Amino acid sequence: MSKKTLVETTINGEAVEFLCEPRQSLLECLRDVLELTGSKEGCLTGDCGACSVLVDGRAVCSCLMLGVEAQGKNIRTVEGLADGTALHPLQQKFLEHASLQCGICTPGILVSATALLNRNPDPTEQEVRYALAGNLCRCTGYDKIVRAVLDAAKAMKSGARPNRAA
Amino acid sequence: MEATTSNGKFKVIGTRPIRHDGIDKVIGRAKYGADYAFPGMLFGKVLRSPHAHARIKSIKTDKALKLPGVKAVVTAADLPEAANRLEQAGEMAINPHYLSMNILARDKVLYDGHAIAAVAATSPHIAEEALKLIEVDYEVLEPAMTVDAAMKPGAPILLPDLRNREEGDKQTNVAQHYQFKRGDVEAGFRAADYVVEREFNTAMVHQGYIEPHNAVGIYNADGQATIYCSTQGAFDVRSLSAQVLGVPVGKIKVVPAEIGGGFGGKTTIYLEPLSVLLSKKTGHPVKLVMTRSEVLRASGPTSGSKIKVKMGATRDGKIVAAQVWMAYEAGAFPGSPVGAGAMTILAPYTIENLQIDAYDVVVNRPKTAAYRAPGASNAAMASETVIDELAEKCGIDPLDLRIQNGVKEGSPQVVGPPFRRIGFIETCEAIKNSDHYKSPLSGPYRGRGVASGFWFNAGMQSSATVNIHTDGTASVVTGSPDIGGSRASMAMITAEVLGLPVTDVRPLVADTDSIGHTDVTGGSRVTFATGMAVYEAAQDAARQLRERAAKVWEVKPEDVELHDGVLSLKEKAEGKAPMTIKEMATKLARTGGPIIGRASVNARGVGPAFATTCVDVEVDPDTGKVQILRCTIAQDVGKAIHPSYVEGQMQGGTAQGIGWGLNEEYFYDQKGILRNTGLLDYRMPTCLDLPLIETILVEVPNPGHPLGVRGVGEVSIVPPPAALANAIYRAVGVRMTETPMSPPRLLKAILKKRAAEETQSAAAD
Repeated sequence: MSKKTLVETTINGEAVEFLCEPRQSLLECLRDVLELTGSKEGCLTGDCGACSVLVDGRAVCSCLMLGVEAQGKNIRTVEGLADGTALHPLQQKFLEHASLQCGICTPGILVSATALLNRNPDPTEQEVRYALAGNLCRCTGYDKIVRAVLDAAKAMKSGARPNRAA
Repeated sequence: MEATTSNGKFKVIGTRPIRHDGIDKVIGRAKYGADYAFPGMLFGKVLRSPHAHARIKSIKTDKALKLPGVKAVVTAADLPEAANRLEQAGEMAINPHYLSMNILARDKVLYDGHAIAAVAATSPHIAEEALKLIEVDYEVLEPAMTVDAAMKPGAPILLPDLRNREEGDKQTNVAQHYQFKRGDVEAGFRAADYVVEREFNTAMVHQGYIEPHNAVGIYNADGQATIYCSTQGAFDVRSLSAQVLGVPVGKIKVVPAEIGGGFGGKTTIYLEPLSVLLSKKTGHPVKLVMTRSEVLRASGPTSGSKIKVKMGATRDGKIVAAQVWMAYEAGAFPGSPVGAGAMTILAPYTIENLQIDAYDVVVNRPKTAAYRAPGASNAAMASETVIDELAEKCGIDPLDLRIQNGVKEGSPQVVGPPFRRIGFIETCEAIKNSDHYKSPLSGPYRGRGVASGFWFNAGMQSSATVNIHTDGTASVVTGSPDIGGSRASMAMITAEVLGLPVTDVRPLVADTDSIGHTDVTGGSRVTFATGMAVYEAAQDAARQLRERAAKVWEVKPEDVELHDGVLSLKEKAEGKAPMTIKEMATKLARTGGPIIGRASVNARGVGPAFATTCVDVEVDPDTGKVQILRCTIAQDVGKAIHPSYVEGQMQGGTAQGIGWGLNEEYFYDQKGILRNTGLLDYRMPTCLDLPLIETILVEVPNPGHPLGVRGVGEVSIVPPPAALANAIYRAVGVRMTETPMSPPRLLKAILKKRAAEETQSAAAD
C-alpha cells in the first residue's frame, strides 16, 4: 500500500481537496472519503451505471475512474444537479412520472440523462434509450424513465430553468 | 367492512400524487444500507468457496489475523448449532439449520461462492487482502449441477442427513415430492381429440436488484445488537439472525434502510449475522457489502427447472386433462418454489382431470430465494405454450381458448376453497379488445403471442399507527420497507379515511422496536395487508377524533361525523359549528391528550392476481436475436390506490419476465463454477432492449379488502416468457422449450427446422 495522494478538484461547483490511496476509485472517494453517498455502487465493473457522475460534462462510471484521476477535473454528482432547493427539471419530471421505484439507479440515470440533454436538448425516444443503455434499472422496465426524460426535455425547451449542471 | 368514502367515491385513492420520499431519492440524500457510516466503523469481507462441492478439511486463519489492520476473523465455529426444522418466512420456508450452514459453511461447501469465513479490518481493501491469507484445505467432491444429475441413481449426495418420505432411510437429493390430483387423468386423455406433450428446461436466473446486499452490525457491551441493512423484512432479519446467532429476538434491533430492489431476494439473511458476530468480536461497528460477483454467486437466484406438460382438449376447445411433472433446483439446501409452481401452473383453468407431481431437488448451486411470484414464471413457460399449441390444433384464438376454460368466481382451485371474485377472464378480454391485439401485425419474421399468469398473493401480519399532530396533520407509521412507492399508498389511504390532503400525511417506515410485528414486503402484500392495517388505524384515529369532538360539544360520539376532514354533528345545533381536524387538533390536550390510531392485522381475504400479456416480436433469422416491437399487459389489480405505481409494478415485472425469457441465465462450467458473475455477462434488459410497456388496469375489486385492493406486485412477471415463445413460434415457426430463448438457442432451433425442411423437400424430389 503506497502513501495517500492529495487530490485537488472541483465537485458540484466547489473546490475540494481530499486524500486518497492510489487504488481507491473515484466512487469510493466520493462515498467513503467525501460522504457524497448519492452515487451508488451496483457492480464496480462499469456495467450498471448507478455510480455515474459528470466529469467535465461527460457521464462517466465513477467506479472505473481512480480518485487520483479527479485531479483538476470538474465533477458533478447527483447531489449537485438541483439548484439549491429548486430541483432540476429532470428530477421534477422523475417525481411527476413516478419514474423511480426503489430509487437506487435513479442518481446514475439522472446524471446520464443530464449529459444527454446537455448535448442534445431535443432527443427522440430512441436517442434517450441509447443514452441510458448503460444504466440498468431493474424495477421500472424503463417506460416511465424514458417518458420523464422526454418530458423534461420538452419542459426545458419551453422555458423551465436552463440546465446549468455540467 | 365497507369502502367508506363520501358518496362511495374516492377523493385521494386513484390519484397520482408525488411520493413523499421522492425528493430524497432524486437528490441523492436517501440512505440505503451501504450509505450508513459510524465512527470507528470497520469493513468486513467474506471468503467464499472456489469449489462447487468439497469437504472442508481445515481452515487456518492465523496469517490473516496477523495482517496489520485486521481485527477479527469468524468461521462456522463461531456460530451455534441451529434447530433443524422448517419455519415459514415470507413466501419461502426456511430451516434454521440449513440457513446457518448457508451463512457460513460447516463441514462442506456446497456451491461456488459458499461463504466460509468473514474478516473485519480497518479498510475494505485490507479485509480483501486478508481473505487471501486464510488457508482452507479442501477435499474436492463431484458436484451435482442439474436436477437430472442430482436425481439419477448414484448421484453425489449434498446433504448426508437429507431424507424424504418416499425413499425411507435412503440418502437423497430429493427433499420433497408434492402431488396434486383431481378426477381421472387417463380417462380425461381418452376423451381428448388433441393431446400436446412437451418437455421444458428453464435456466436458473437472478432477481438482479441493482443494490448489492449490505449490513452494518453494531454490538453493544450490554448484549444488544443493532443491524442497519437493506431488507424487504426487518422483522425477518431480526428473527432469522437471532436464530443463527442463538440469541433471543429482543436482543436485536433491525433498522431497515432504503432498499435498492429485492424482488424476493432480500427476504432472507446473508451478511446480517456476520456483521453482528464481527462487531461482537471487535467492539466496533462493522459494515459488509457484497460485490456484484458475490450477489450472483451466493445470493438470490430462483430455480432452473425441468418441466413436462401433457394436456388434452376436445375439438371444440375444452381442456379435459392435464398432467405435469416438474423438478426445480433448490440450490444447496431444500426449499425451491416448486410447490408454488405446482399450484400455479394450471391455476387459470378449470380442468376436471389433472395430476401434478413436483420435486424439490438440492443441487450444487446457491440456495434459491424468493423471486417475484416464485416458481410461477417457469411453470407458465411450460403450460402457457402448450395451451397455445392446443389452441392452434383446435383452430381457436388463443385468448378465446383461455376465456372458454378460464377460472371465475366459484371455480375450484388446485388447492383450497373455490375462487372468490377474480378477474382472469377480464384480463383476457381486455387484451382481446385492446388496440394492440386489434392492430394487424405484418412483415416477415414477425409474430404475436399471448400468455396468462396467476399468483396467489399473500396476507400475513402487519401493524400501523396513525398519529394526529397538533396542527391537524398526520403521520402514518408501518413496518413495511418501501420497495416501490408503498409509502405514497399508505399516506393516500390515511388521507382518504381522514379527509386530509395527501401532503398533510407523512408516511414512515419504522424499525423493529418502533412498530408492531410486520411481515416481509413480499407476496404483493404491502398495499393489501399493511394497507388494511393503515385503513383500520386511520379509522381508529377518526373514531377518536369524533369522540373528542363529542366531548367539546358535550354530545354522544355517535352523534358526530367526520367527512372530508370536517367534524360535525349529524343534526345541526346552535353554537356547535363544524370543526376541521386542524381545529380539533388544537383541543387535543384539553380533551384527553394526543391521538394515536392503531391497528394490527393478520390479513385474511387475500385476492389472487391474474395477468395476460400480449407481445409482438421480430426475429432475426440469421442471428436468432429477438426484437420486441410492442408489449401490452392487462392485469386485475383490484383497486389501484396509486395507479402510477401499479403500472410501474406491471411494467417492471414484464421487463423481468422478458429478461427471463430472452437472455438471463446462470452459466456453470463442468466443474460447477459460475462463469458469468458480472452484469455484462448476466444480461438483464437495458433501456435499449425494451419498448414502452402498455398497461391495462383491470379493476375487479377484491371482496376481502375494505378498499378492494388485491396484490399487484408479482403476477406481471409470469406471462412474458411464454408470451415470447408463442410470438417466436408465429414469427419463425419453431416451438421453443427452453429459456432463455437467447440468440444461440433460437438460432439452433431455426437451423434445425430449416435442415428438417430441406431434408423433407430433398426426399420429396
